[in-house]
Order: sequence, then structure tokens, then C-alpha cells
Amino acid sequence: MTGATVPWADQLFDVLKRGHVRQVGYVPDAGHSRLIERCRADADIHDVALTTEEEGVALAAGAWLGGMRSALLMQSSGVGNCINMLSLPRTCRMPMLMFITMRGEWEEFNPWQVPMGSIVEPVLKLCEAHVHRVRKPEEVAPTAEQALREAFNDERIVAVVLSQELIGKKVWVK
Amino acid sequence: MSTDGLDRRAAMALLMADRADDLLVVPGLGSTTYDLAAAGDNDRNFYLWGAMGGAAMIGLGLALAQPARRVAVVTGDGEMLMGLGALATIGLKKPKNLAIIVFDNGVYGETGMQPSHTRGGADLVAVAHACGISACMDVRDEADLEELARRLDDLSATLFARVAIRAEEPPRVLPLRDGVALKERFRAAIGVR
Repeated sequence: MTGATVPWADQLFDVLKRGHVRQVGYVPDAGHSRLIERCRADADIHDVALTTEEEGVALAAGAWLGGMRSALLMQSSGVGNCINMLSLPRTCRMPMLMFITMRGEWEEFNPWQVPMGSIVEPVLKLCEAHVHRVRKPEEVAPTAEQALREAFNDERIVAVVLSQELIGKKVWVK
Repeated sequence: MSTDGLDRRAAMALLMADRADDLLVVPGLGSTTYDLAAAGDNDRNFYLWGAMGGAAMIGLGLALAQPARRVAVVTGDGEMLMGLGALATIGLKKPKNLAIIVFDNGVYGETGMQPSHTRGGADLVAVAHACGISACMDVRDEADLEELARRLDDLSATLFARVAIRAEEPPRVLPLRDGVALKERFRAAIGVR
């Protein structure tokens, strides 16, 4: 949380609120913990804890059928879990807004995070997602706003990939 | 192949009989999509031709978005098994206007009648109940089915029902499969834009 006056998770939350996102699906994730907390505390947002990320893709499709905006929060490892379910927004041309916290890159301790982390962007692009990469706190709000417009105005799949250097490394020994 | 259970087309027809406009229906890919089409096309049906394992979660997103309407997911045992975690997720949210109905014939009909896990003993009603869905039904005969139809008409709590159907493949009734068109007509029918 360096540089910006407002922590990036709070910037993201404000963008979701201004963008009328009313359903937020997530698999619990350390990088997204503050944003998840903000969503859970907001009475106008349906926070939906998922057992696997692909559930959030189907959730967002249902929300859109019902005229409600949804976003999906996940860690990089969850991208692989979504591939087939992304057929749904691809085939039906539905909005799919994803915020992905990266593992397996900047100062990663756990090598098991590297295989999926290293292919997140190509996998998303193969799934016809428009991918935005964010490295600095001051890029978070404008990028998220752009992503939100693309997803809901154009009914397309948009991913905001939040770099590990933004999130900070996981502390392993406390 | 089992001869026990209800006729799937008749069961779907009974559930959809005198259907009110507030009922939105999401079938699973394969046979339940054909069953729903056979019961009569409706703009408030969102047929699935893919997204296996996603039907219940689509229902959840829709139910949360449209609290004044009823949402029925009618899917097969194989489709439900692929997304079994969705029952735990739905058990957390428990929207009052969501019914998950599983047509269970114990086989994967679309792919050649291979036995499913329910044939081997997996009990979907017990799973749903254990996930916190307290209104659960095991529909085994006509009387149970009529009770399910009544409860669907007067939906007041998240409902899970497993409907025992015979393992047979009636002639396919193939509805629209253009996803964009299905989405557009569904949203137009309920007045969202």
C-alpha cells in the first residue's frame, strides 16, 4: 500500500460501488482480503463465497440475465478453474469482470504457484478476455473503471490482473 | 437400466403446467434442456447447451438479481454432480426464490447411459441437506411430484428436490441454441436492459 493515499483495495471497492456492481463472487484470497471484507460489510452487495472460481463465472451469467452487475475476485490459480465455464459468457456475449491477484511472480516463495501464475495472461487471452495489467497503486482505479466500462457496456470478458509487486509478498513465517 | 421412477417428459410437463410469468427456468445441458423445450418454448427459459456444472450457480445469480421472481433450475444428476460445490454456496446464501430440481436417472444419458455416482449411492438430497438447504424433497412418485409442483408455485424458501426418473431417452426436442439470442430474449422478457 505504497504511494497512493487510498489503499488499492479501497479504490477497487469504490469503483465497484460507483459502477453499480451488486454481486461479488470470490474464493477467499489473502490478496483480496480487504476488498472481500468491504463487500461483506456492504448491505447492497450480495457477497457470494464460492467453493471454486468457475462458480463465479456462472453466477455472473445468472446475474446478468437478471439485469444485475457482478464481479469475480480470485487468485491467479483460479483462472485455470474457469476455462470451460468461460464458454458461457463467450457464447452468450455476457459481461464477465474479473479481478485477479497474482501469485508465482514477484518474490514468490512457493514454487507451486509458478506453473499457473506464469500462464494466466495467455490463458485469459485464449478465452477472449481483454486483459489489463496493474503494477502501481495509482493505476488501480482508472484501470478498474476502464475494465468495468468494457465489461458492461460492450458485454465482454475483461480481466484486471493485479501484480504481485502491488499486493506485496506473502509472509510465511510469522 | 432402471425401470423405476417417473417419466421425465411428463414430470417436466407437470412442473411447467399453467406456468406463471414470474417463473424463470434454467435447465442443464442435455436432456433437461430437451425436456423443458418439449414442455413448450418460453422466453423465460434460458436453455443451456454447455457450461456443465454451472446451472445451479446461474440460478443463484439470477435469483439474487430478481428477488421478486421465482427461479427454477431443473438439471440432471450428472450436471449437478459436476458442480456439487454450488450446493454449499447456495446453502450459504439461501435465496427464498430459488428451487434446484434434479432429474436423477442414475446415468449419463447424453453420452451413452454410463452409470453416474447417484447410481453408485451418492445421495443428492442428503448432500443438499448437509449443505444447509433445509427444504429438501426426494420425489419418488406422482404424489410427491404434485407436492413439488405445489411447493414450487408457493416458493418461500430455497428448495432442493431430487426427482427419480426412468433412465430412457425420449426423442430429442432441440430448442434455440444461439446463446446471444437466448440471452437477449430472456432479458427482454423480464424487462431488463
